[in-house]
Amino acid sequence: MGRAELENWRETAESGNQLQRRDFIKAVTMAAAAVGLSSAAAMKVVEAASKGLKPSVIWLHFQECTGCTESLLRTSHPALSTLILDLVSLDYHETLSAAAGHQAEENLLATMEAHEGAYVCIVEGAIPTKDDGIYCKIAGKTALSLVKEVADRAGAVIAIGSCASFGGIPAADPNPTGAKGAPQVLEGKTVVTIPGCPANPYNLLGTVLQFVALGTLPALDEKGRPKFAYGRTIHEHCPRRAHFDAGRFAQEFGDEGHRQGYCLYKLGCKGPATHANCSTQHFGEVPGAWPIGIGHPCVGCTEQSLAFRVPIHTTVDIERPMPPDTYPPISADQGSVSAVASGVAGLVGGGLIGAGWAASKKLGGGDGAEGSSDKEE
Amino acid sequence: MSVDRRSMLKILAGGGVAAASAALPTKARAPLEVPPAAMGMLYDTTLCIGCKTCVVACKSANDRTPDPGPWGEEALYDAPVDLNGKTKNIIKLYKDDDYRSYMKMQCMHCVDPACAAACMLGSLKKNPVTGVVTYNPDYCVGCRYCMMSCPFNVAKFEFDLAVPNIVKCELCSHRIEDEATLTAGFTRYPEGQGPACCEVCPREAVIYGRRDELLEEAKRRIAASPGRYYEDRVFGETEAGGTQVLYLSHVPFAKLGLPEDIGDKGVPDVAYSVQEGIYYKVPFAIPVAMYGALAFVMFRNRKANEGEGGGKP
Repeated sequence: MGRAELENWRETAESGNQLQRRDFIKAVTMAAAAVGLSSAAAMKVVEAASKGLKPSVIWLHFQECTGCTESLLRTSHPALSTLILDLVSLDYHETLSAAAGHQAEENLLATMEAHEGAYVCIVEGAIPTKDDGIYCKIAGKTALSLVKEVADRAGAVIAIGSCASFGGIPAADPNPTGAKGAPQVLEGKTVVTIPGCPANPYNLLGTVLQFVALGTLPALDEKGRPKFAYGRTIHEHCPRRAHFDAGRFAQEFGDEGHRQGYCLYKLGCKGPATHANCSTQHFGEVPGAWPIGIGHPCVGCTEQSLAFRVPIHTTVDIERPMPPDTYPPISADQGSVSAVASGVAGLVGGGLIGAGWAASKKLGGGDGAEGSSDKEE
Repeated sequence: MSVDRRSMLKILAGGGVAAASAALPTKARAPLEVPPAAMGMLYDTTLCIGCKTCVVACKSANDRTPDPGPWGEEALYDAPVDLNGKTKNIIKLYKDDDYRSYMKMQCMHCVDPACAAACMLGSLKKNPVTGVVTYNPDYCVGCRYCMMSCPFNVAKFEFDLAVPNIVKCELCSHRIEDEATLTAGFTRYPEGQGPACCEVCPREAVIYGRRDELLEEAKRRIAASPGRYYEDRVFGETEAGGTQVLYLSHVPFAKLGLPEDIGDKGVPDVAYSVQEGIYYKVPFAIPVAMYGALAFVMFRNRKANEGEGGGKP
């Protein structure tokens, strides 16, 4: 899709509160294609939506910055309006709902009762567990009890963002509130995690669309992340990969290599250890809008072991090293001896020579004594 | 000890007679023939683009750890400089003013393998049907005679491990679960069971199949474009008694590290003909002569000593 076309589409999507069926089908099909669903699946969504069979969505906010919601607000195919009004029924969302206070709370309870076992619970933000979870309360209830209550009666639970997926920034050391991710709090329940700081909205859209169209959840990895988005490392599809293979690295920000668009590994890029589709599905479909695209190393925000734990400019191990863009010669110089090995060999050799010298001296002395005694006789 | 010169000579003579009278075959060993369903590979330098997909596939199919090579501690790349304990297959580059060529190196799966002949406990064996030279670490004592005997310098050792094994290409024998079948003129295993390097090659620069099929294909290529290949020759057809991995090249084989002038005799054949000369042609003549000379020197020295110490009481 060209940029002009994109702009065109954005305009129609944003201005069109009177979305035509044709445009709607187009929107759903494109969203489905963007996340790897077939057009047949897209048509199922359209059919379900036209019959008014829209899944009810309850969106919970806990310890977070609302960045995930903010990024969702900026998707354009489908536009947010299409998503929350036509594709799903967003019944409870603290940032977007028109209602407030008791009215909003009533809405939440009513939705849970009306769509028991069928609604989608989306969790944004970490859940504090220390001191019975008193560090985050909504309507007098702790986040801990709220998430358990809502998730228990939900048809599907999706944790969006790194905070909800594994604790994120609130759980970073020293973690004063005992913050945890939704999967750790909701043990024994399948929680689809869509980590990212913020998460790419398309990965949420894809998961929700599949649930809407087929009633199933996408295939997940061992950390609950959809494989369609988190199956490979960023390194594998990085546009700067050729520079890595050729050994061309930016050594510091603003140097010649950095200006030439060389690989950012030595500046601390976590791409080789980070599973996410950022390199193929750019953020909010703005071309090049992702950390490596704008010249900053990947910070590994989708990986629990990296994000907010390993300093941003610390280099990581390469998960599966591949051959570089060079070739060995037909007959290579082999057998270089390390300094330690030659030192040890020197000590052993020296010891032997010393021992030999001492022994020969002794033997020589013995022979001499014998010889002299022989002479005396 | 009191063995006088006379009795010592008697013993030596007796030994010689005993050795001579033992019934010995005139030839200890006949060179091995090409097995009935010899499997092999055909690599064509004119097709290889040096993408190293085969190197990557080999590593993962054989579960080998990466070798950072000249990059050392940084471990950014899998960059072996030669075959080694972590690398069973490698792509090298030859470059001079006239030529530029990639070169794939792995076990040649010799018709008469030197490594299997040198292996004292039968750890390295040639499959009697497919001719693939396989390695069983259970019997290996780590003597590394196979490494010294290999004319292509292929067998390698895991020097960095406490319990090391010999490492060399085994034509992905461990992947085979089903019998090979003949499809479209070539012997094929089901997808994912053939040699990994051949399965992933994007230009079919390396292909696998039965040796006779590959040889036929190689000759077809030579006939189709005369002058394209060096000396219109298939390396491995007869070299070193024949190998089951065959090479076609536009560059002289010697420049690619292949011992062009190795001759048509297998290494074991050469080794046995030397041994034959020593032990079988005139039975034990050479050892007897050598020990005789040694004994002569010893006795002469002893006599000289006795003469010196003659004055002792």
